[in-house]
Amino acid sequence: MDGTAIESLLHGFVVLLTLKNILLMMLGIILGIFVGVLPGLGGPNGVALLLPLTFTMDPTGAIVLLSCIYWGALFGGAITSILFNIPGEAWSVATTFDGYPMAQQGRAGEALTAAFTASFFGALAAVLLITFLAPLVARFALRFGPPEFFAVYFLTFCSFVGMGKEARHKILISMLIGFLLAAVGMDTVGGSLRMTFGFSDLLRGFDFLVAVIGLFGLSEILLTMEEKLAFEGKQAKLDVKVVWRTWKSLPRYWATLLRSAVAGCWLGITPGGAIAASFMGYGLAKRFSRDPDSFGTGRIEGVLAPETAAHAAGTSALLPMLALGIPGSGTAAVLLGGLMIWGLQPGPLLFVEHADFVWGLIASMYLGNIAGLILVLATVPLFAAILRVPFPTIASSVIVLCAIGAYAVHGAVFDIWLMVVFGIIGYVFKKLDYPLAPLALALVLGDRAEDAFRQTMIASRGSLGVFWSNSLVGSITTLALLLLFWPVLSDIVKRLRKPRGGLPTEAASS
Amino acid sequence: MDSRSTAWGFGAIAGAVCLASLPAAAAWEPTKPVEFIVPAGAGGASDQMARTIQTIVQKYELMKQPFIVSLKGGASGAEGLMAMKQAAGDPHKIIVAQSSLYTIPYATNLPFSWKDLTPVTLMALDEFVLWDNVELPYKTTQEFLDAAKKVSTTEPMKMGGTGSKREDHILTAFIESKAGVKFAYIPYKSGGEAATQLVGKHTDANVNNPSENIAQWRANQVRALCVFDKERLPYKAKVTETQSWNDIPTCKETGLDIDYLMLRGIFIPGGGTPDQVAFYDQLMRKVGATPEWKEYMEKNALKEAEFGPAVLKAFLEKDEPLHKQLMTEAKFLATN
Repeated sequence: MDGTAIESLLHGFVVLLTLKNILLMMLGIILGIFVGVLPGLGGPNGVALLLPLTFTMDPTGAIVLLSCIYWGALFGGAITSILFNIPGEAWSVATTFDGYPMAQQGRAGEALTAAFTASFFGALAAVLLITFLAPLVARFALRFGPPEFFAVYFLTFCSFVGMGKEARHKILISMLIGFLLAAVGMDTVGGSLRMTFGFSDLLRGFDFLVAVIGLFGLSEILLTMEEKLAFEGKQAKLDVKVVWRTWKSLPRYWATLLRSAVAGCWLGITPGGAIAASFMGYGLAKRFSRDPDSFGTGRIEGVLAPETAAHAAGTSALLPMLALGIPGSGTAAVLLGGLMIWGLQPGPLLFVEHADFVWGLIASMYLGNIAGLILVLATVPLFAAILRVPFPTIASSVIVLCAIGAYAVHGAVFDIWLMVVFGIIGYVFKKLDYPLAPLALALVLGDRAEDAFRQTMIASRGSLGVFWSNSLVGSITTLALLLLFWPVLSDIVKRLRKPRGGLPTEAASS
Repeated sequence: MDSRSTAWGFGAIAGAVCLASLPAAAAWEPTKPVEFIVPAGAGGASDQMARTIQTIVQKYELMKQPFIVSLKGGASGAEGLMAMKQAAGDPHKIIVAQSSLYTIPYATNLPFSWKDLTPVTLMALDEFVLWDNVELPYKTTQEFLDAAKKVSTTEPMKMGGTGSKREDHILTAFIESKAGVKFAYIPYKSGGEAATQLVGKHTDANVNNPSENIAQWRANQVRALCVFDKERLPYKAKVTETQSWNDIPTCKETGLDIDYLMLRGIFIPGGGTPDQVAFYDQLMRKVGATPEWKEYMEKNALKEAEFGPAVLKAFLEKDEPLHKQLMTEAKFLATN
């Protein structure tokens, strides 16, 4: 098995290593970074825009170009998250939690380097997985029916409530508002429209990206304007050595990286997995940290964890697309459409019938990520220096960027106003000390969780026992409930230990 | 109308020979980029059709203005339909529509009717096939339905499909009433999802379009029981190791007398002039005459349909009442 995989991969490198393909790779990465930097344009839209360009190319060249745009966009998405608190992609939201505080403290270069390196690490872990375990993983993905999907989403929600540092009722309120907004639009299971009140613009529902651009990006500008009319990151120095310095500190966080990579690879093969993965990677890092309360104030692990998980998931999301024909992410869906136009039918036989293409693509994942890492690291000092620009200039550019981003998602002017409304909501939330992340999470996963739950109930005819009907779904559900009640449980554990040992140590609680 | 459409037919044949040099016969042509609206998600069957058309138009330079595919798949495509309705009088928008033209308005009270648009031409008709998992013991439609009947009242078999109160669900209800069985219908977001859920044995059967299940069929993971059409599919080249599309019996042959097809047609917004309709009709005929299109049709096992607005209108006038009747019987009509 391993022998043939390596042989096939080497063959893939041979297919790939032509001057034309390498140039396409570079072009793809650079285009991708631009696409990723513009919030709202994002991976799916960027790839869709450039798809027609590739129709006249051979499939291998075309997929190399497109997948490199994808890698570039994944790398680029972190840039605006860290610098301006605007997540470029859904899975960059968790990166803003610590990345943005780091930038404000003048450590933008460090945060960017950490994010890019973590991305690379995550992607590499996933590519290794694809290389050696593709058939196995594809079979595992087939085991995911509605109950399993629901259990995974439930796990993500529970880990948020159980491990959040804000008051629980505030997390719940924020999350429930997210669920409410996620319910707007077409109800897949019921087949009718909900809460659209006859407005055509509401048919789409509330797009996650439009919401987060407002909630995180615009609200931050509003807050900064009110508070001190300046970015604290002004003192950020143009420093080329920052990459090297950050790298030296990274091996210390090997456990965080590894944990996130595993979580990411595992979640990547379920649709919507990359988003859940980034949040879960962050949650895990916090959970296992000796000092969980310092998360959110600019911890480097807070950047490493979600980025590793998101890229591991984003990359492994391509596997179910190739092997099963189900896209694990929006961008993967666009790539899937591309494959079919080039005459390739994704599915179990793709690996057999178009081995050249598949292994070429996998080889391009290795090369594309290495090329991407070098290119983006080279830009770190440049991007970090952006924060030295005076605030009025930055603020107005960021607002313009937000508006363009919101418009670009669906090409709808209505979405710009929606973004502004979300900006105000975000501002109010921050003033009242309500967390925004649960709202964002519920908005993006809420309707999927609802669909999965109702599909499960149709199949099981209303019995909740189905969530423990096999070992896979049973263990995920149990883990979810454990995490949900973690604060209560850990209190009980503490109390039980006190009389015996007499020392309520830190270790017992963390 | 008839003599003109013969002339277009001739034009299409001539077009196949010298596509680029064909003189513009229509009196109207686009003066700015044309937006090609897809009322469905990325990668789905409608998106693929639109992108195939776009590729052919680009390759053969069939149009002076650029042709831009724009995905408006919100609310199962209602977003795209409403965008077309609101664009009344704008001939620079076209849509590749399907049966959701009437199923969505009936199921949701969406203020939309296909009469809000100007029909241009049918591109193809899409078939539905009854599929089950190869690991199930039911090798024929009859065996499958008998088994389904037995468990109808206790633990109904699970039928997967795309969306609720839409084509797959309507067809499932149609089978239920014809064969006297009951299924637990599980709606998924896309045909691709319905296909993998069948392979993973989370459902027992589905009624996917051929293109949605082809990969799983070729990998010998699903079994094609019958096709819901009056005649078998014409494509005789082997698709799986042992079977061609033509080898799938019609449902009628197997004792389930149902035929059900889905249109895939082109429309422009309401108030389109005959000249504008003629331009797009002619454009699509040229697309239809290319080898790339023929290959696309065969690969997705699409049924050929005659071009022209008259054929499309006649189809709609028959197909809409049928859907209304089926949806009324299945109690799928919106209540409020």
